[in-house]
Amino acid sequence: MSSVESAVRPPVAKIKKRTLKQRLHASGYKWAPYLFISPFFAIFTVFGLFPLLFSLFLSFHYWEPAAGLSAMEWVGIENYTFALTDDWFQTSVYNTLWLALAAGIPQHVIAIPLAYFLHTSFKRSRNTVIGMYFMPFITSTVAISLVFTTLFSRDFGMINMLFTSAGNWTIGDIQPLAWLFPTENIDWNRPEYTKTMIAFVVFWRFVGWNTVLYLSAMQTIPKDLYEAATVDGAKRWQQFWYITVPMLKPMMFFAVTLTIIGNLQLFEEPFIITGGTGGLEQAGKTAAMHMYITAFVEGDFGTASAISWILFALIAFLTWGNNKLLGEKK
Amino acid sequence: MNKLTKSHLIAYFIVGMGSIIMLAPFYFMFIFASHTNSSILSVPPPMWFGGEFINNVGILLDALPYFWHNIGLSFYVALITTILNLFFCSLAGYAFALFEFKGRNVMFILIMGTMLLPPFLGMIPTALIMSKLEWMNQPRALYIPMACGAMGIFMMRQFISSAIPKELIEAARMDGCNEFAIYWRVVVPLITPAFGTLGLITFIGQWNNFMGPLVVMNDMKMFTVPLALRALQGTGQVPWGAICAGAAIAVVPLMILFVMTSRKLIDGLTAGAVKG
Repeated sequence: MSSVESAVRPPVAKIKKRTLKQRLHASGYKWAPYLFISPFFAIFTVFGLFPLLFSLFLSFHYWEPAAGLSAMEWVGIENYTFALTDDWFQTSVYNTLWLALAAGIPQHVIAIPLAYFLHTSFKRSRNTVIGMYFMPFITSTVAISLVFTTLFSRDFGMINMLFTSAGNWTIGDIQPLAWLFPTENIDWNRPEYTKTMIAFVVFWRFVGWNTVLYLSAMQTIPKDLYEAATVDGAKRWQQFWYITVPMLKPMMFFAVTLTIIGNLQLFEEPFIITGGTGGLEQAGKTAAMHMYITAFVEGDFGTASAISWILFALIAFLTWGNNKLLGEKK
Repeated sequence: MNKLTKSHLIAYFIVGMGSIIMLAPFYFMFIFASHTNSSILSVPPPMWFGGEFINNVGILLDALPYFWHNIGLSFYVALITTILNLFFCSLAGYAFALFEFKGRNVMFILIMGTMLLPPFLGMIPTALIMSKLEWMNQPRALYIPMACGAMGIFMMRQFISSAIPKELIEAARMDGCNEFAIYWRVVVPLITPAFGTLGLITFIGQWNNFMGPLVVMNDMKMFTVPLALRALQGTGQVPWGAICAGAAIAVVPLMILFVMTSRKLIDGLTAGAVKG
C-alpha cells in the first residue's frame, strides 16, 4: 500500500517521507536504550530497592506478622539497642569474625604459592589441575556440607580416622606425631571444634577460586622481570618473594575484599553443618544465621531487620578499613 | 631445565596432595552413596564402591517422596532464570555498550553498585512480598527476582563493546532496521560465546541457590534440590547413604557441565575480576 502511495506522490513528498522515517529512526535510537535497560530497573525496584527500604522501615518497628501490617508499632532504635546488647548477637558476630579470619587467611596464604607452582611448573596439565581445585566452588554448598558432616563424624568419620592413625603411628615405642595429631577421636560437634570444622569447609570451597584469581594476575606479570632476575642470579623463591608477591598486590587487595564481603555473610555452610541450630552453645552460629533464626524461627522481624543493617554496616566498615590498609595509595 | 627439576618435583608433590584433598570429599560422596548405613558406620569405613546405590535412592525417595519433582523444579527454575538473564542482560549490556544516551554512566554505576548490596539484606522483606503477592511456593518467586543480574549486564557490556563494531550497528540502522531488530538479528548472533559463559554461571548459581528458596518454598513438593537435601537432616536416624546419594545426584549434573566447559566457565567467572 505504501509503495502505491509513494508511486503516486510527487518526488518532494517522497523526500519528506524519508526524513520522517529518518526522524522516527532517530527517535528510536533515543528511546531504545532506556527501554533496553528498563527490565533491570523494574525488577530491582520491586525486588531490590523496595525490600531494602521496607527492611529499614521494619527495623524501627515492633511487629507481630500474624496481626497484619496495621499492627506495626514504632519503637525507634530499640531494635538496634536490643540486638547490640543481646548476648547471642554478640556471640554470632564473634563467631563470624573468627570464621572470617580462620577460613579467610589460609585461603590466601595457600592460594598464592599454589598459583605460583601452577604458573611455573605446570604447562599441559595446568587446566586439569585448576579444574580440580575449582570443582568445590561450583558444586552445591548444601550437598557438599552434608557430605562433610559425614566425613567429620566422631566415630566413623574419615577425618578422625586419618588424624588418629597419624597420632597413633608408632615407631618402636614412640609415637612421633602424637604431639601434632589427636590419638583419640575428636567430637567435632563440641563447641570448641565446631568453628574449626566450618572454617575448613569454607577454606576448601574457596581456595581454588582464589588460586584462579592469583594465577590470572600472575600471567600478566611481564616475563622479562623474571629473566632479568635469573640473569642476576636470583633463586626461584627469591623471584617469588621479590617479584611475584609485590606485583600481585592489586589482586590481593581485590581478592581479600571479596573474601571479607563473602565470609562476613557466611550462612549456608554453618547452617547445614550445625543442622540450622547454630550448634552446641551456638558455637557455629554466624550473624547472618542469627538474623535468619530471629526472623523465621522466632518471628521477630523488626529485630532481625535491625540485625541485617548492623551486619551490613560492619561489612561496609571492614571493606573500608581494608581499602585504607591494602588499597592503592593515591 | 635440569637445575629446576627438584623444585618442580616439590611443586608437583604439593599440588598433587592438594588436589587429593580437593577431590576426596567428592570421592567419598560417591562411595557412601553406594553403601548401606551400617557399612558406612563401620570401622574402617568403605573405601571402594558398593552395590547399594539403588537401595539408597529408595530410602531417599521414602524420606523425600517428591525428589524427582524437586529435581525437575530445580532444573526448570534454573533454566528459566538463565533464559531471562541472557535476554535482559544482553539487551541492557547492548544499550550500555553501543548507545550514547543521557544518564548512561550514572545508570551504569548505579547498576554496578547494586552488586555491593548483600543478599541477606533483602531476605526478610522479600519473604513478606512473596507472601503478599501470593507467590509462595511458586517457581516465579525464584526466577523473577533473579531475572536480570548486574553481573550479567557488566559481562555483556564488556563483551559487546569489544566484539561488535559500532559501524556495524550504524550500517544496520541505515538499512532501515528497527532498534529491536538490530539487537535480535545483528547483536544476538554475534554474542553467542558470551551467552554460553553467562548462561553457565547463571544456571549453576540458580541450581545451587539455597537462601532464595529457603524463605519462599515451604511445601515439600515445591522444594528445590538443596532444600530437599537439607530436609533429610532432621529425620531421627540420619540416613547417610541416602544423603550422599542425593548429594551425588545434585552434584553430578554440575560436574559433567563443569568438566565439559571448565576453561570457559573459569574465564567467565574471573573475567570481571581481572579485566574490570
